[in-house]
Amino acid sequence: MSATNPIKTKGLNVAAIREDFPILQQTVNGKPLIYLDSAATTQKPEAVIQAMDEYYHKYNAIVHRGVYALAEEATARYEGARKKIQKFINAKSYREIVYTRNTTESINLVAYAWGRKNIHAGDEIVTTLLEHHSNIVPWQLLAKEKGAALKFIDVDENGLLRGEQIETLVTEKTKLVAATMASNVTGTLTPIKQIIERAHAVGAVCVVDAAQSVPHMPVDVQSLDADFLAFSGHKMLGPFVGILYGKRALLEAMDPFLGGGDMIREVFMDHSTWNELPWKFEAGTPAIMEGIAMSAAIDYLNALGMDHVRAHERDLAAYALDKMRDVEGVRIVGPLDADQRGGVIAFAVPEVHPHDVAQIFDREGICVRAGHHCAMPLHEHYGLAATTRASFYVYNAPEEIDKLVETLAKVRQIFRG
Amino acid sequence: MDDLYRELILDHYQHPHHHGEIPDADISYEDSNPLCGDKIRIDIKLKNNIVEDVKFNGKGCAVSQASASMLMDELIGKSLDDIKKLDKQFILDMLGIPLGPTRIKCALLPLKVIKAGVYGIQTWPDEEDDA
Repeated sequence: MSATNPIKTKGLNVAAIREDFPILQQTVNGKPLIYLDSAATTQKPEAVIQAMDEYYHKYNAIVHRGVYALAEEATARYEGARKKIQKFINAKSYREIVYTRNTTESINLVAYAWGRKNIHAGDEIVTTLLEHHSNIVPWQLLAKEKGAALKFIDVDENGLLRGEQIETLVTEKTKLVAATMASNVTGTLTPIKQIIERAHAVGAVCVVDAAQSVPHMPVDVQSLDADFLAFSGHKMLGPFVGILYGKRALLEAMDPFLGGGDMIREVFMDHSTWNELPWKFEAGTPAIMEGIAMSAAIDYLNALGMDHVRAHERDLAAYALDKMRDVEGVRIVGPLDADQRGGVIAFAVPEVHPHDVAQIFDREGICVRAGHHCAMPLHEHYGLAATTRASFYVYNAPEEIDKLVETLAKVRQIFRG
Repeated sequence: MDDLYRELILDHYQHPHHHGEIPDADISYEDSNPLCGDKIRIDIKLKNNIVEDVKFNGKGCAVSQASASMLMDELIGKSLDDIKKLDKQFILDMLGIPLGPTRIKCALLPLKVIKAGVYGIQTWPDEEDDA
């Protein structure tokens, strides 16, 4: 990356941040690595890698059971990380933070443990066209099983949710609303507070997919009044672990999700009783190292400040949108106003398949994603089978976007024919 | 020039040979690459068990489309038994470009569709090698 005349964003000191990410120091195909796939998974800072390393080197043991020093250390750190996650999203209690495998499992937990008990024939579930498959398919399965209907809030010509449909589709028949806070394709920020308020006004609960928001902006579950909120550690500098926030009263009233060890209080031959929250929903040996290392990821983000993270990504998106629009023929899906989107930009190049775009980017050391990004209904809406997606995070610099745009022009040149 | 996007590949991608449909085809088959969703349909017209005409249709990346276009050229005049013998190496030699593990599926999709249509063979041409 050129050190001369660097373009600054308002938010962060990217040069200093990049020093903390060992993986970014390498070259790919002889070019400096430019990682633009953070919406899929983010890279990890040294502190997170060290936290994982330390667990196996110094106190590898199963949590919650052992009375020996190693197990106590592991338990203290694992539960300590949970409390850090709680504060990070301003949940009232650590009992409202459930570790899962990933965002998908978090949402499925709600579909099974809340949905099966509370959704009945004739009920309606409302979701949106912006959703990742993980916030569509669990509801399709549930709706089919229960004879409920699944409805979709549509997207307008600017890639925003149709506000009026939040009122017209969420009705007295609606028992659950499942909506994303930020799209993993268009980057669209949704009026999540309005959606939650509307859900509550009709007596429905709201499940928020926060996989693309918690890592990128301040999220306060109490101020949102979210009922359930799902996100992933690996999309926020941490390891592969998922998190489900749920309001305590809702979690208390739910039956367990998976049965087995750790989630029980007592087991008899004919019945069992359940552990307290949150462990009632954590059957079996959890991802201990991953849970623990979330602590380091959150420390890192807190040190940067989530307001600054958002400001940085907003500026990067604005810069990228501006430059990419100058490349002839490139079609950007979703809002063109950086204030209405996160740092995720999916685009189409006419007459060039996204896989070919991504391949040519790879030759330049640029990692982007090609495909439908687990959002086939949204791509169908745009009349596209697939798109190429660039997504930004705290370690990305405007100079990398210059390289992206330069390569985009190269794609056009190769395929001009 | 880029190794992968050689002139020949781009030419077949942008101006594919035997692109379209055969309304009275003897064999028609369509399949997709589950990794990327790319679809290819192939129609074959036979005369005395020899391929008299063949056409393909579908959308996909440069590699899959060029592979289909070049394969169509090769198929004309071949018997169904000849087609059964075509393998991964045949496609790689035909394309003459370096392909990574992901893109090799793109290259093999047209042959997979042909073999599935003609013989009901559903495995990928590169997986037959392991069997």
